Amino acid sequence: MSNSNLQDEAIRVDTEKGNFSYPEDYQFDAGIGLTEETIKYISDVKDDDDWVRDFRLKALEIFKKKAMPTNWADEDLENIHFDEIRYYLSKGQVPARSWDDVPDDVKETFERLGIPEQERKFLAGVEAQFDSEASYSRMKDDLEKEGVIFVGSSEGLAKYPEIFRPYFGKVIPTSDNKFSALNSATFSGGSFIYVPKGVKLKQPLQAYFRINAENFGQFERTLIIADEGSEITYMEGCTAPKFETATLHSAVVELVALKNAKIQYITVQNWSSNVFNLVTKRGMADEGAEVKWIDCNIGSRLTMKYPGVVLKGQGARGEVLSIALANDGQHQDTGAKMMHLADNTTSNIISKSISIGEGRSTYRGQVHMPKHLKNCKNNTECDALLINTNSRTDTYPAITTRGQNNTVQHEASVSKVSAEQIFYMMQRGLSQGEAMSLAVNGFVNELMKAFPMEYSVELKRLIDMEMEGSVG
Amino acid sequence: MNNTLEIKNLNVSIDGQAILKDFSLSIPKGEVHALMGPNGTGKSTLAKVMAGHEDYTVESGDILLDGDSILGQEPDVISHAGLFLAFQYPMEIPGVSIANFIRAARQSRLPEGEQIKAVEYYKDLYAKMDALKIDRSFTARSLNEGFSGGEKKRCEVLQMSMLDPKYCVMDETDSGLDIDALRVVADGVNLMRNQARAFLVITHYQRLLDYIVPDVVHVMYDGRIVHSGDKDLAKELEVKGYDWVKEEFTDAIVGA
Ligand SMILES: Nc1ncnc2c1ncn2[C@@H]1O[C@H](COP(=O)(O)OP(=O)(O)OP(=O)(O)O)[C@@H](O)[C@H]1O
Ligand SMILES: [Mg+2]
Repeated sequence: MSNSNLQDEAIRVDTEKGNFSYPEDYQFDAGIGLTEETIKYISDVKDDDDWVRDFRLKALEIFKKKAMPTNWADEDLENIHFDEIRYYLSKGQVPARSWDDVPDDVKETFERLGIPEQERKFLAGVEAQFDSEASYSRMKDDLEKEGVIFVGSSEGLAKYPEIFRPYFGKVIPTSDNKFSALNSATFSGGSFIYVPKGVKLKQPLQAYFRINAENFGQFERTLIIADEGSEITYMEGCTAPKFETATLHSAVVELVALKNAKIQYITVQNWSSNVFNLVTKRGMADEGAEVKWIDCNIGSRLTMKYPGVVLKGQGARGEVLSIALANDGQHQDTGAKMMHLADNTTSNIISKSISIGEGRSTYRGQVHMPKHLKNCKNNTECDALLINTNSRTDTYPAITTRGQNNTVQHEASVSKVSAEQIFYMMQRGLSQGEAMSLAVNGFVNELMKAFPMEYSVELKRLIDMEMEGSVG
Repeated sequence: MNNTLEIKNLNVSIDGQAILKDFSLSIPKGEVHALMGPNGTGKSTLAKVMAGHEDYTVESGDILLDGDSILGQEPDVISHAGLFLAFQYPMEIPGVSIANFIRAARQSRLPEGEQIKAVEYYKDLYAKMDALKIDRSFTARSLNEGFSGGEKKRCEVLQMSMLDPKYCVMDETDSGLDIDALRVVADGVNLMRNQARAFLVITHYQRLLDYIVPDVVHVMYDGRIVHSGDKDLAKELEVKGYDWVKEEFTDAIVGA
């Protein structure tokens, strides 16, 4: 494993577009398994600064020591074989700034996902990540002039350490859990964003994550800093084709909303059913700031994801709106965490889960309000919809409130789509798949009204596809 | 036979219990037939079997729409073949608005790739809602959720008129309607009556048949039709009840 001349490789790669559909053509491949050598290889390829190298190596030590969180989650985690995974794959190209420069096979993949049209339609900027690295990255010029930074993780740390280093790994420390440690050791790709004071982005920035290689682990790292009074909406989409063997996606996403800033982070994931999706997401909200997670999980073999907000400043607001759809053979273990650390902070959690066939959904919530705080509010609502009697749903809300004048509201419901409802809809001419899809859309309808329009449309399309596919 | 709904010697059971017993009925397009009979004789069972409900076992016999058997077909295929069932107990579908539901049902009748024209659709929907005196604010409400009994029934008739079926089976659409609503719904049905459409109206009350005047009235008892006549038969039943039908029926069985 040796570092080659990046620039030369990029040029050589550019002339051999035709070979790209073969995975063997990765210019950089950290090999199979995870050792100190693997981490050093990644650092070499990325030309990491020394502090980043140290950060990664320390993280590897923590990862090795940490136990799997199987005591409270799915035993399926034991089926992840860390020594059979490939941790870094890249074609060596610098992210293209023009769509035409993106390699054909990559371009085709993303075109099928609708990325170029999306970009033209309503995005302020887009980044498309293929396996470990971004292959395309572009932001509207006027945003650059306003001082907005939208780059990959390596570029962010190398070019703007004064901005990103103070917050990197601070909202989610390496030792938070085994997978945050894994990500901290192996991270590549992802988005680093800085929005200067008072700048309000009218259009969302967007990133697409695509896993294209088998037995591969994608470990993107995202850090968004919204400076005082600024506003940003960020959307991410994730897909992978269906592989024979398990693939791992383990991201870390940190959000920092400084005084009176607003961050809205939207995820639509549609992983294939062999992906382990173990993601740590947390935001920090300063005085008067707002962090909102809209998180929709469709597909994957096992998803464990509990977006959180640390309400650090007075009057901060946190929100998690989530939809999880667990089809046959899938387990969606999702939820939310709200840590109230200041007076007058409010949080809202609405979680809707749909379990189909043998699919399983679990809600895990944690709301923390210590004794000394005043006038904090939390509202938690979790609704589960079961389609077919074998589906399973569990709810584990953990709410610790002590302080005075703090209020917590919790509601949960479980409902079923009955055979009679399906019959009724089919009598009107809908196929079984369309009927189920309509019932599911009805179930999430109210919540989806809170989502941006483009996003609701995409989500509805994914639900329809998933329901059509679930009819035997 | 073309232009006819035919039910031939239908035997249906559920969990081994026979419900429809050698049931036969034929309704040509252009006619309205009323089906009356005591509780539990199998009227709703008949309606659901026609619509393709999978809980019932068809032991023998056949159901034909325009000469083609619909037995064993999926409910949506039967719907597309032209059969509409106004349910005795319409289901609530939370979160799905009436407008979106009917639109999806209409969309399902279009060829692949063709889209409903929204403007025309709403024009049609509003016109039919006005005719049935359904407030326009209902389009946004979740289908049947929290509707009063009468509102549900009116919504069934709205769907029926929007989907343009050839064969309409109405299962106790009158129960739950107040006197004014009954007239409104009957007017809606009468507007739909034509030579290209047939109706099977299941009811317990003669009153509905004053508004929707049937061509034939059938009395059902113990899983089969035991008596048929013209509209006056319904009036006779109103006065005499079902006892005489039962007696006649047991006499016939004992005599046989
Ligand atoms: N799913 C079912 N499981 C068991 N028994 C059933 C089922 N459906 C119908 N039955 C039985 O079949 C018989 C006929 O019921 P059905 O609903 O068809 O009667 P009906 O003529 O429509 O009565 P009503 O006038 O009260 O509406 C009843 O004895 C009923 O209990
Ligand atoms: Mg009945």
